[in-house]
Amino acid sequence: MNLWKRLICTCRRRSPWLFHMNSGSCNGCDIELVAALSPRYDAEQLGVRLEGSPRHADIVCVTGPVTRNAVAAIKTVYGQVCHPKAVVAIGSCPATTNVFIDSRTLAGPLDKHIPVDVFVPGCPPRPDAIIQGVAKAAEILAEREMKPAETELPPTVEEARP
Amino acid sequence: MNLITALARLLIFPGLLFAVPAAWFFLWVERKAVALMQERIGPPFMQPFFDFVKLLAKSTPPRRGIGGMLMRAWPLLAVSGAAGAVGLLPVLPSSGGFEGDLILLLALLELPSMCIIAAGFSSRSIFGEIGSAREAALSVSYNIVFLLAIVSVAASQHTFRLEMLAALPASPLRWLGIAAILVCLPAKLHINPFSLPNAEQEIYAGPMTEYAGPELAMWELSHGLEWVAGAGLVATLAAPHVAIGWLAATLFIVLSFVLVLLLSTLAAATARLAIDTTVRFYWQCTLIFAVLAISSALFMRFRS
Ligand code: SF4
Repeated sequence: MNLWKRLICTCRRRSPWLFHMNSGSCNGCDIELVAALSPRYDAEQLGVRLEGSPRHADIVCVTGPVTRNAVAAIKTVYGQVCHPKAVVAIGSCPATTNVFIDSRTLAGPLDKHIPVDVFVPGCPPRPDAIIQGVAKAAEILAEREMKPAETELPPTVEEARP
Repeated sequence: MNLITALARLLIFPGLLFAVPAAWFFLWVERKAVALMQERIGPPFMQPFFDFVKLLAKSTPPRRGIGGMLMRAWPLLAVSGAAGAVGLLPVLPSSGGFEGDLILLLALLELPSMCIIAAGFSSRSIFGEIGSAREAALSVSYNIVFLLAIVSVAASQHTFRLEMLAALPASPLRWLGIAAILVCLPAKLHINPFSLPNAEQEIYAGPMTEYAGPELAMWELSHGLEWVAGAGLVATLAAPHVAIGWLAATLFIVLSFVLVLLLSTLAAATARLAIDTTVRFYWQCTLIFAVLAISSALFMRFRS
């Protein structure tokens, strides 16, 4: 049993699949996230894969300062990712709302709405910083229990369907 | 074919015990080839295995009712179909077989794509439905060519028994058939330029959009097994007949590997075609060769 657990730990650490969620970012962070997967930085060496569907993902990468429109979408997507999962907030925007602070169209920062595991600061952060953040999140993910915590219950079917 | 050889073929070689690691290996080759073409290093060797175990240990969203049951059943059905197809391949000389096992093989090879179509519709996601509709259109177009090619190979050699087919020396007509099968393989495996059904990012993940955890692991596995079965079918048809068991097995593995390498390179070098271009490609350009192959096969049959 212990061996099986250790195997799962290793596999989770070595295969983090990302889902990229833009919550009103200026696109700077999005470009850097894509650059992290490009030939120069090649995050696939760590087993990283950018997935199209949140159902397949382990780690949600959120960019942007969380506009009021995006809150519901973020919550839905977070609910659609199956347990165990982790959240990486990329850039200074989701952490502090950055230069957009006090804007009345914002409902940020991100950790008001969903639990965040890793913050990657920077405006925008460099791709190597993003990769490091994802690797950290993968380590956190590997240690997660099989059972979801109170704050991150699995989604109900109604919640999951738009 | 008695029960013991049948079980040995299904479970050991070329069945599950060989096919599952081979499936992971081919999935890795597919990703690594893309990475090398893009001047990246790419995923580590064990990556498909890591992905598989990780997905097995993930939870799935609650699924209720008949729809939920069906959603759990499709990936299992796809895996068993693909595994059965691999088990039927006549890799070892005099490994048994029965009259008409080629037809069974074709049916089993078709099972995963049927399951994908059904899976997309039963997931009731809009992206799943679009993906399934694309898969159905694709399957209608390449299957005609694929089936005609295989029937022409079988008809030219007067047998529907795989073992006999593999043992007979290859005729020019068989090479024509093999070429036609090769043209259809990228569509059967949903790789570029025919990766329409699961077009990543374009329609999210197509029929697979709603699948998670162990179900997704089964889909990945069935995709890998399809690689083994598809490349293996061409390898058994193209390989010269050898009487020694281990030599035949090695030849099979090497030939399949070369084929996978070729197809992955093609996938890395091309972009996705639109659905109408794809359908037109199969109906207008390749169908004519398939019809030519089968008519000459029938002609030769009547003359002899
Ligand atoms: S952190 Fe900077 S680069 Fe990133 S979305 Fe915010 S403003 Fe743009």
